[in-house]
Amino acid sequence: MRQTIGRWLVPAIGGLAFLFLLVPIAYVFAFSFNDAGRTNLSWRGFTLENWQNPCGAPAVCQALGNSLQIGATATLLATILGTAIAIGLVRYRFRFNATANMLIFLPLATPEVVLGASLLAQFLNLGADLGMGTIIIAHTMFCISFVVVTVKARVASLDPKLEEAAADLYASPMQAFWRVTFPLLLPGIVAAALLAFAMSFDDFIITNFNSGNVDTFPKFIYVAATRGIPAQANVIGSAMFIVALLVVIGGQVLASRRAKLLAAR
Amino acid sequence: MSLLARNRGNGPAADASGKAARPGGKDPRSAGEIGAERRRSRMGYWLILPGFAFMLLFFVLPVFSLLATSLYAKPPGADVGQFVPALQFGNYADVLGAYWQELLRSFAFALVATVAALLIGYPMAYLVAVRLRGRKLLQGILLVLIIAPFFTSFILRTQAWKQILADEGPVVAVLRAVALLPEDGRLTATAFAVVCGLTYNFLPFMTLPIYANLERLDTRLIEAGTDLYASPFQTFRTVTLPLSMPGVMAGTLLTFIPASGDYINAALLGNNQDTTMIGQVIDSRFFRVVDYPGASALSFVLMLAILALVILYVRRFGTKELL
Repeated sequence: MRQTIGRWLVPAIGGLAFLFLLVPIAYVFAFSFNDAGRTNLSWRGFTLENWQNPCGAPAVCQALGNSLQIGATATLLATILGTAIAIGLVRYRFRFNATANMLIFLPLATPEVVLGASLLAQFLNLGADLGMGTIIIAHTMFCISFVVVTVKARVASLDPKLEEAAADLYASPMQAFWRVTFPLLLPGIVAAALLAFAMSFDDFIITNFNSGNVDTFPKFIYVAATRGIPAQANVIGSAMFIVALLVVIGGQVLASRRAKLLAAR
Repeated sequence: MSLLARNRGNGPAADASGKAARPGGKDPRSAGEIGAERRRSRMGYWLILPGFAFMLLFFVLPVFSLLATSLYAKPPGADVGQFVPALQFGNYADVLGAYWQELLRSFAFALVATVAALLIGYPMAYLVAVRLRGRKLLQGILLVLIIAPFFTSFILRTQAWKQILADEGPVVAVLRAVALLPEDGRLTATAFAVVCGLTYNFLPFMTLPIYANLERLDTRLIEAGTDLYASPFQTFRTVTLPLSMPGVMAGTLLTFIPASGDYINAALLGNNQDTTMIGQVIDSRFFRVVDYPGASALSFVLMLAILALVILYVRRFGTKELL
């Protein structure tokens, strides 16, 4: 009797949990087709109009543009700085190694409110104008830790003998890095960059503290939530979902193809 | 996760940073080789310098800036938002006296949401990692579904919950029909809704580390437990669960920390009286009340409290003495 319960309990809870995870996504998707008018609160009928005219609510597209720009810049900066740190920390020994690791770990263990509030305190004390610049700084800051953690795992799994082999074949350290190490690290770096972009694009709390009157996509939705979110926001949310899904599936296919190629050699 | 790894000593998550790629230092090398080594290590400093300079400027210094601001004083007759540097420790007493309830409530909500996420996320991870082991395609699809919430906006999904659980929505209608909810009962604007929202939003953070851990679990150990006449529950309690503790530790921390500082769920799914969380207070002290010292003091208290809780938790449960 107990065995049977045990056998069914895990799939039952697991299945319900998947439902729990996916219901709101389905809801966002469905209501992107709602003939909503200004407030997208109740179902009024199916339409493709929102998808044909995603910028029908102009503020949505303005906010989306800001978010994309911030995400791209912060991702680029965080990926470069974070990858360098990851390589440095794994490949070299420092006297302050523990401190360095702690410094990378701490932002991940600090709630967003505190990160946002401390940066805001800093900017206020410096008299800095809040806007795109301060948002990009804030996003780069919290993305670096994610990049370091992701790339570090990849660097650690890399065989240093490969670089030594390159050196034995008279490659300069630069050549060895760009021809051997970097291509091997690339999947990890790409994964880190995608993660950074996703974190930046979806961030609300830290952004809200440091954005002044610049709207990002999440901030726009948060502010609009009190008056009613235009259906175009659902369109953009759903479109991002599809893009992300395709990127992840594409990445999986590429990785497995690469693994097969390597195995065949 | 270096904090975890260090306290646990030999956990599988222990990162490789300690073991640098340099081959053991005892071999006799020529002066030229040692010189090259030294250049290499200077190269290491150049690699980490820009990133750490950035972190120093925009993470470490801001924390001190926050501490300094939390002690500022408002001179008499000053304009809104004007403060002077001071050492006014009374700010802390003021905000703690006024907002201790919100602070405790944030930790309580985060704790309940963490436990709920563990109860939901563990079976989920177990299902995918252990029960479906070997069925690669299905595992891959389910893994993508676990991270799928990250692909759409956090706030859009929370807003979707608000509308699903709304008074005129389908869930309330069903619950009222089967009398699980009184005729005038509601789900939104309650503590229940806020905790559900927190559980929902941080569930993937719980599930993924546990999955990563269970995926490496050697199922022969479970079989061995069964061979020794342990009931499935005994096997789980004495074999599977202890082995997956690193994943549980990481998952609970990754859920509890952001949940205790979150205010989107409380703002969208809660009400103005008895569901206010500390994040909302900090936000409104900064932007509505323009009380920078008070808001900074609260942020600093939140940071210290979480740090203390995390250290206590890791000390208590981070070793094998748990079960």
